[in-house]
Amino acid sequence: MNWIYDPWPWYIAGPLIALVMFLLLFVGKQFGMSSNLRSACAAMGAGKASDFFKFDWKAQRWNLMVVLGAILGGFIASNYMSDNTVEINPEVAQQLARDYHITSAGESYLPPEIFSPEALSDPFKVFILLLGGLLVGFGARYAGGCTSGHAISGLSNLQLPSLIAVIGFFIGGLLMIHIIYPFIF
Amino acid sequence: MRHIIYIAIGMFFGIIMFKSEAASWFRIYEMFHFGSFHMYGIIGSALALGIIGIRVIKYKNLKPIDGSDMSLDPKNKGIARYLIGGILFGLGWALAGACPGPMYVLAGAGYTSILIVIFGALVGTFLYGLIKKHLPH
Repeated sequence: MNWIYDPWPWYIAGPLIALVMFLLLFVGKQFGMSSNLRSACAAMGAGKASDFFKFDWKAQRWNLMVVLGAILGGFIASNYMSDNTVEINPEVAQQLARDYHITSAGESYLPPEIFSPEALSDPFKVFILLLGGLLVGFGARYAGGCTSGHAISGLSNLQLPSLIAVIGFFIGGLLMIHIIYPFIF
Repeated sequence: MRHIIYIAIGMFFGIIMFKSEAASWFRIYEMFHFGSFHMYGIIGSALALGIIGIRVIKYKNLKPIDGSDMSLDPKNKGIARYLIGGILFGLGWALAGACPGPMYVLAGAGYTSILIVIFGALVGTFLYGLIKKHLPH
């Protein structure tokens, strides 16, 4: 395979994610991609509204540097290392086309039906993206971590709270895809 | 200098997220349909190596390069915050098709709509800070 251009298989990506966690541990930090949202709120002055944001966010600047790196990584990967298409299970792709008229599986990285600039003229789609983000931000702070902080870091450290959180992630995700999607799309 | 290290680690992470397709809406949708082993393989293999590596770190008492303590503090005990917070997070993860890491990766990849999701996540974080005291933890 062309390892630069082809999608990376799970057995390459998974170990590399573990490597990212260990790199951060060995520079004295931890792997978690949602606490930067709290730092960003604090940096924008949210400490005036809640004690939750009154902390030394400047000591957490490293977190915002990791975010900056992730943005650069996304730019590099999409522009120089990818044809920006994602092949998924054909049955799931057919179901998407049949039930939700999303026919872009295999042709794009994100469905233009939801993410293209034109789709934003539909206020409902803007609402979906905003609500999705809101739940992610609220839920991650309430649960004290997200996919990286709980499913990778916390579970690697055999933390029961992380197991409860990850079970919650999947309850929420399955509810959304199987029960709520058919109503809203 | 230290900033460069964090940016480099973030960049490496961003490339992995994009190239493994873990940042793709389609892969998240497929995962919640149990349509492929791909996402489970990514999380599972990262976790298997993570568990082994952290056992080794603890057993050998390894330290970060600056000699400080490893950030491996146990999480606070509790059920409600992890379960309810986790469910809310999962609802959002599936609705937007992205979790916090991939949001930034997608912003870098040029998907401007994801900025709405990031803005929502900032608002959600802020709202949590406002009503934290009134929530069961």
